[in-house]
Amino acid sequence: MSNIPETGRTPRVTLRLIVVQIVALSLLVTLGGRLWYLQIREGDHYTEAASSNHIRQIVTPAVRGSILDTNGVAMADNNTALVVSVSRTDLLREKDGGKAVLTRLAGVLGTSYKDVADKVRLCDAKTPQPCWKGSPYQPIPVTDKATTRQALQIAERREDFPGVTAEPTAVRTYESPDGVQPAQFLGYTGPVTDNELQQSKNSKHPFQPSDSVGRSGLEAQYDSALRGGTGVDKLEVDNLGRVVGSAGKTPAAPGDSVVTSIDARVQAVLQKQLEDALKRARTQVDPTTHTRYKGDSGAAVVLDAHTGRVIAMASAPTYDPNVWVGGISQAEYAKLTGKDSDYPLLNRVIQGTSAPGSTFKVISTSAALAAGFNKNSTYPCPSGISIGGQTLHNDDSESYGDITLPRALEVSCNTFFAGLSYAQWQKDGGIKPHKHPNDWFMKRAAAYGLGKKTGIDLPSETGGTIAGRQWKQQTYDRMKSYWCKQAKTGNPSDYVTRIAKEDCVDGYQWRPGDAMNFAIGQGDTAVTPLQMARIYAAVFNGGTLWEPQLGKAIVSADGKTVEKLAPKVASHLPDSQSTLSFMQQALVGVSREGTAAPVYAGFPLNKIPIGSKTGTAQVYGKQATSWFASASKDFAVVMTVSQGGYGFATSGFSVRKVYDALYGVQKDGSVDDKKALMPHGEPSTLPDVKHDGTVDPPTDRSGPTTVSVAWHQPWLTPATRGGGAPATPATAPVRSAVAAARRRRRGGPGRPEDGR
Amino acid sequence: MTAGLSAGKLRVTGRFGPQQSGLRRLVARDSPFRRTDWPLLLAATGLSLIGALLVYSATRGRTALTHGDPQYFLQRHLVNLVVGMVLGAGTVLLGGRRLRGVAPFVYIGSVLLLLAVLSPLGSTVNGAHSWIVLGGGFSIQPAEFGKIGMILAMAMVLAARVDAGEREHPDHRSVGQALLVALVPMVVVLAQPDLGSIMVMVVIVMGCLLASGASHRWIAGLVGAGLLGCVVIWQAGVLSQYQINRFAAFANPALDPAGTGYNTSQARIAIGSGGLLGKGLFHGTQTGGQFVPEQQTDFVFTVAGEELGFVGCLVILGLLGVVLWRACRIARLATDLYGTIVAGGIIAWIAFQAFENIGMTLGIMPVTGLPLPFVSYGGSSMFAVWIAVGLLQSIRIQRPLSA
Repeated sequence: MSNIPETGRTPRVTLRLIVVQIVALSLLVTLGGRLWYLQIREGDHYTEAASSNHIRQIVTPAVRGSILDTNGVAMADNNTALVVSVSRTDLLREKDGGKAVLTRLAGVLGTSYKDVADKVRLCDAKTPQPCWKGSPYQPIPVTDKATTRQALQIAERREDFPGVTAEPTAVRTYESPDGVQPAQFLGYTGPVTDNELQQSKNSKHPFQPSDSVGRSGLEAQYDSALRGGTGVDKLEVDNLGRVVGSAGKTPAAPGDSVVTSIDARVQAVLQKQLEDALKRARTQVDPTTHTRYKGDSGAAVVLDAHTGRVIAMASAPTYDPNVWVGGISQAEYAKLTGKDSDYPLLNRVIQGTSAPGSTFKVISTSAALAAGFNKNSTYPCPSGISIGGQTLHNDDSESYGDITLPRALEVSCNTFFAGLSYAQWQKDGGIKPHKHPNDWFMKRAAAYGLGKKTGIDLPSETGGTIAGRQWKQQTYDRMKSYWCKQAKTGNPSDYVTRIAKEDCVDGYQWRPGDAMNFAIGQGDTAVTPLQMARIYAAVFNGGTLWEPQLGKAIVSADGKTVEKLAPKVASHLPDSQSTLSFMQQALVGVSREGTAAPVYAGFPLNKIPIGSKTGTAQVYGKQATSWFASASKDFAVVMTVSQGGYGFATSGFSVRKVYDALYGVQKDGSVDDKKALMPHGEPSTLPDVKHDGTVDPPTDRSGPTTVSVAWHQPWLTPATRGGGAPATPATAPVRSAVAAARRRRRGGPGRPEDGR
Repeated sequence: MTAGLSAGKLRVTGRFGPQQSGLRRLVARDSPFRRTDWPLLLAATGLSLIGALLVYSATRGRTALTHGDPQYFLQRHLVNLVVGMVLGAGTVLLGGRRLRGVAPFVYIGSVLLLLAVLSPLGSTVNGAHSWIVLGGGFSIQPAEFGKIGMILAMAMVLAARVDAGEREHPDHRSVGQALLVALVPMVVVLAQPDLGSIMVMVVIVMGCLLASGASHRWIAGLVGAGLLGCVVIWQAGVLSQYQINRFAAFANPALDPAGTGYNTSQARIAIGSGGLLGKGLFHGTQTGGQFVPEQQTDFVFTVAGEELGFVGCLVILGLLGVVLWRACRIARLATDLYGTIVAGGIIAWIAFQAFENIGMTLGIMPVTGLPLPFVSYGGSSMFAVWIAVGLLQSIRIQRPLSA
């Protein structure tokens, strides 16, 4: 062997072999470095990727909690519906991708293949609705309105319908207790958005793509309680989606129920009465335009005066909230929100504003007394006053001579309150105000909670506007340049241009006309029916301005845990108790002998004193808004009808009927406590939610123990007031009742209440 | 197996050496037992056995492939290993010098096998027409044997005049002949087409030339020609955009998300999620869920990455390092240029193929159908690398005792 030269070790070869060795080993080092990068540095990222790779979630939706009325009657709950679902995983195993199965299914359901196929396709950026947003591993619901027959057909021919199931499932249902469906305050639910999905990712109960979320009303306000926790079954799957194991399971937790202070029976009465008021408005002729009132919309609310809780809340026009269940169609959505719709989604009790008209005079009364005008003195009520080129007439241009404050309220004398407000304006320095004007009328409007939200437990409330001195300045600052431009460019003979010219110079000024209009609730001040209702409740409950509330308690599905929602005090009226009783007295006077008297014909005001105020608010370019605000020691009831005309004629009679129902007033004027829906206000106890989820009405139906101050005032006892209510029955035709009342009280023909 | 191999060699030396008692013969300084490169043998065996576990883990759940027998691939892998070791032992038995004699036959045989693939005998697997299916679940990939034939033939041509003492380094004519010899199997493989094997063969040519001591100019010229060829292919638009995307998908899986991009991203997730110590053998979710295609063959390293973690992967890299280190040592200490060139070719082969295979699972090399030496499931590859081990051992056994 040794005779063979060892050429393997020539220097060149040796050197090259060393190079080869270095290269080979450095390749291995490179791999090691890359491994370190992937496994150590980026390891967490890939661990996450691996788990999302092989873990699939099957979501069991939680049963949404019910929304109950004060007696435990469900207004929103869940019905069992036969839901037909399709599993995509099973479909894709079919040779034709499931086309034959879906065609057969469409045949059974009586729809087209396309209809069914669209519903089970997965959503992506390019796919239009309908499509499935949830996990592809989740059975996809095709319909929740299957009949038993259809379900049976599917169940019996299992082999024809691989991957199709027909199972009873809980579906949101909005009930119609007492034959009437509350809509706006209940709200509705809608599918979760991508944004919400992202935001909820780290929360305790993250949203699932197939979840529904409360979008409006109580459904939105109490969504977190109602929603419960979605059940998640984590499955380990392989690359073909076959289940190979389980990676943990969270059972679904049913949502809590919300017990409200709404009484479905009162709600039914209120909704019916609001409808009636709208119809009644349409039978009357507007004396200004000589056309029938349109009565296009309206709102009404019943509050418990003791607690500020909402007993009933109605907004017209209304709609059937069940259209939202299972997804709303484009056409239906357009009907609810389109330009041609009458916006039935609006809850006009909290979102509709208008000038309060004469119902504002209760605040003017408080302001006048605060400003030092005397309870017992008389002030002039001429037929009209002209100041600074502006003339303000009384309704009917009636003159009552010098009268007291209560009388001014009774006859709703515009010139009386306008005169007091003008006097206050002069005291505050007139057109060149003092540095700190008293502005009693505006300050009282704020103290009575106008111009800001009441804080009711409903989303999207409107706060309204106090169109006072400050508001004028702010409007001027905002509009000045626009006004001045219009003054320059517009036609000088044009009315709008002339106004613009004036406003451009001194549009910020708080003028006598502003002060007068303000005191009688006309002009740009805007209030919601709810704001007025709680003001009247406050006057009659001793001065507490409540934050109105619908939610009374949140009760777990098994009834074991109960979270009571205590009523909240927003503030107290600045008036003394004696002032308040003076106002109560005056308002009850309005019911007895004032503009509201026709409404209470045959009503036992002696036993149940109710204070009322009518209002007719002028709206630029529209017919007047009808207002009727009232309160007893137990309730405040306010109704308003847009383009509805007179306060008492349109709204008043309906409000009266609500009181009849609440107190059990019979046709002959007697009071039958047994027939009363709520003889003493809202029950203080809760309905009993049993462990199996069934609900019993509250055991204690007696009223709250708090007694309003007003109840014991001597003027409320029958002996002190002799005159009963007018004899005209409330059921008499409206026009004749109106005419009769006017003739009796004023001895003249009717004329519209004229605010300006 | 090791015992069998040694026993075989015992008889070889027995015929030429003086008669000695069994034990003495075994421990004698020049006995094949003592001369065997044990680290190389143990590292190669270790890799093969780790491979058996990884193949088992990757395939026990793949019922579509295993015909219901979870151990289907495990058993076959072990059978392949045994056959491979026997072939290796046979190679040692044959002896280096005699191998030089049979090299032309091995070369011609392997080229014929490669040509057979192009005939109706061949089958297409995973897009490469490079298989001969034998039936019974067995098939051979002639390209693997082509590599051996090529190494032996090139070494024979390059070393002929040097080992005869005529020259210190191979002359231009020898180099030219060697390149021609290498070109024939490469052209056949290119026709299949098997891009991975071509790449390995190019590297083998480079390894053989480097180890032969051929002129620097040849080396530089070939490297330059290779680069130029790549540029020409790129610029001339020989490849479609789809092909380029497929090739480049290793760096950016989005270029071919349903094809190689899916493989690479799933492979990367498998390896990355293994972390430091791995999820434990048979506990990988990527592996258990069969998210990585071809996991028992080309992507076997992902099983190690996921289930054995960084530490387990380093062990495999370390064992490969041992194999290469011993091979380099054998190349350096070979008694003749022929041995050096054979060892050099084998080093280039195993080093590049391991780098390419692991590199593609890690996303730093393009995806090509190359098995990981010793570890991947596959008879041809297993036989070829064990024959290579046998070649290395026989080169070592030949060298004088003084070395």
